[in-house]
Amino acid sequence: MSKKVLVLGEAREGALRNVSFEAIAAAKTVSGGGEIVGVLFGDAVQSLGEEMIKHGADRVITVEHPHLKHYTSDGYGQAFMAAYEQEKPEAIVFGHTALGKDLSPKIASKLATGLVSDVTAIEGEGDDAVFIRPIYSGKAFEKVKNKEGLLFISIRPNNIAPLDKDDSRTGDVSSISVDITNLRSVIKDVVRKSTDGVDLSEAKVVVAGGRGVKSSDGFAPLEELAKLLGGAVGASRGACDADYCDYSLQIGQTGKVVTPDLYIAAGISGAIQHMAGMSNSKVIVAINKDPEANIFKVADYGIVGDLFEVIPMMIEEIKKVQSN
Amino acid sequence: MNIYALVKRTFDTEERITVSNGKIVEDGAEFIINPYDEYAIEEAIQVRDANGGEVTVVTIGGEEAEKQLRTALAMGADKAVLINTEDDLDEMDEFSAAKIIAEYLKDKEADLILAGNVAIDGGSGQVGPRVAELLGINYVTTITNLEIDGTSVKIIRDVEGDSETIETSLPLLVTAQQGLNEPRYPSLPGIMKAKKKPLEELELDDLDLEEDDVEAKTETIEIYMPPQKAAGRVLEGDIPAQVKELVDLLNKEAKVL
Repeated sequence: MSKKVLVLGEAREGALRNVSFEAIAAAKTVSGGGEIVGVLFGDAVQSLGEEMIKHGADRVITVEHPHLKHYTSDGYGQAFMAAYEQEKPEAIVFGHTALGKDLSPKIASKLATGLVSDVTAIEGEGDDAVFIRPIYSGKAFEKVKNKEGLLFISIRPNNIAPLDKDDSRTGDVSSISVDITNLRSVIKDVVRKSTDGVDLSEAKVVVAGGRGVKSSDGFAPLEELAKLLGGAVGASRGACDADYCDYSLQIGQTGKVVTPDLYIAAGISGAIQHMAGMSNSKVIVAINKDPEANIFKVADYGIVGDLFEVIPMMIEEIKKVQSN
Repeated sequence: MNIYALVKRTFDTEERITVSNGKIVEDGAEFIINPYDEYAIEEAIQVRDANGGEVTVVTIGGEEAEKQLRTALAMGADKAVLINTEDDLDEMDEFSAAKIIAEYLKDKEADLILAGNVAIDGGSGQVGPRVAELLGINYVTTITNLEIDGTSVKIIRDVEGDSETIETSLPLLVTAQQGLNEPRYPSLPGIMKAKKKPLEELELDDLDLEEDDVEAKTETIEIYMPPQKAAGRVLEGDIPAQVKELVDLLNKEAKVL
């Protein structure tokens, strides 16, 4: 049976996040040929609808309201339920982002349905789709299926390939009017700490530092390398506990789980808890003075040496490659 | 103030995971309170100490989860509740867990409910917000700071590295992010006192729930280990030569530059 799928698009600073396109690809897999309907919320998102269509959505519905400028679970919950009631889909796909993690359980609870969160791969299609997700922070994986009724999944950024963009695709972008009321949380302030807006969990390149970084100033060369590669800076628990950096950068079994294309571990010994958070990265580079460090066991390429010597040299070498 | 902390017994983070017959091997493993739930318990105790009231820790599990509840009592919680589903349920998912907890909490008039933002085993982070929705109260996830003044609440939450300042009010459910506080270790007198603190054990029957009411909506059909990575290459030569080789490999072999 084909399924109509509702996909929540997520905008960040005026542009759709890549995970929204990945979510459309996931929706396509579970739809069994059914219609893919994108949904977008905000104070001005109409223009983003076409982007979703070019990436594979058949049509898009938007809800625009001043109260949707900032995400709140109440505001987005009301907007999503209005879209749900209008469309009555058989499946829903969210990104497993901060927003998706916060909103999806609320919607699942309202609809008294299951929710398979943090999906990294899908096996099979349509009704036969089985969802693969990491458990124990990636120390193991499980295959989960929906028993019956509405299917609801959230997908981890950076794991499911988006469909090729097709500029010739067209579709209807229509808005629905929803009265967004009774917001119980009021957002007073947002302080941006992320490096250049590249989110750690979505970054294609992560440069992470451990105790070997020795101080908060020691992160400077790592930040420079991350910037050069368009990536984000992360850290081990050791570096966070020693106050070299903020806990929001922590990667590991507690902290964030990342799966970038390139993970550069600098001065990180590779405790089992840290490895749980990064060992599924596609390519891992380890730089450590200790040749016995555990991190070399999962690294594709290792350099035994001082990160303060190696990283500046890497920056110079990469600049040469980039200028060619 | 009437405060509840939701906790889960999980594998110690130090444990290696092994799979046998499609299941995680639990024999001989060390179990702990889910680390994010420890932040929730610590915050609950601090809120009680500042505002008065009582902290009740609640878990779903088998007999063995009593150990983690005693630890929470030793930290300073006042009462514990074990909802024992061992005899009734073979499988449950987040839908089931939330329904059971919400059924327990629905007539408790909780002012504040705290939970970890995610459990390090299943890792779905669903149960807290689901419980709040079932109870019809507001929730805020991944919090790193909590200030309560009467019924007004000011929160800082972590949003993918950014900090959001939120104003809301009680009753409220919050989920703890790392950095919220520094969970205390149970003291020896605390451990002694914990032995005498009330620990109530309930079953689904006591909550007027039938097995069908909480039947899982999703099903795990297989658990398996990730493929082992082949050992990588540690480069050789002097450092400048290694760096040159590394960048060349990243560019031409791994194609990630």
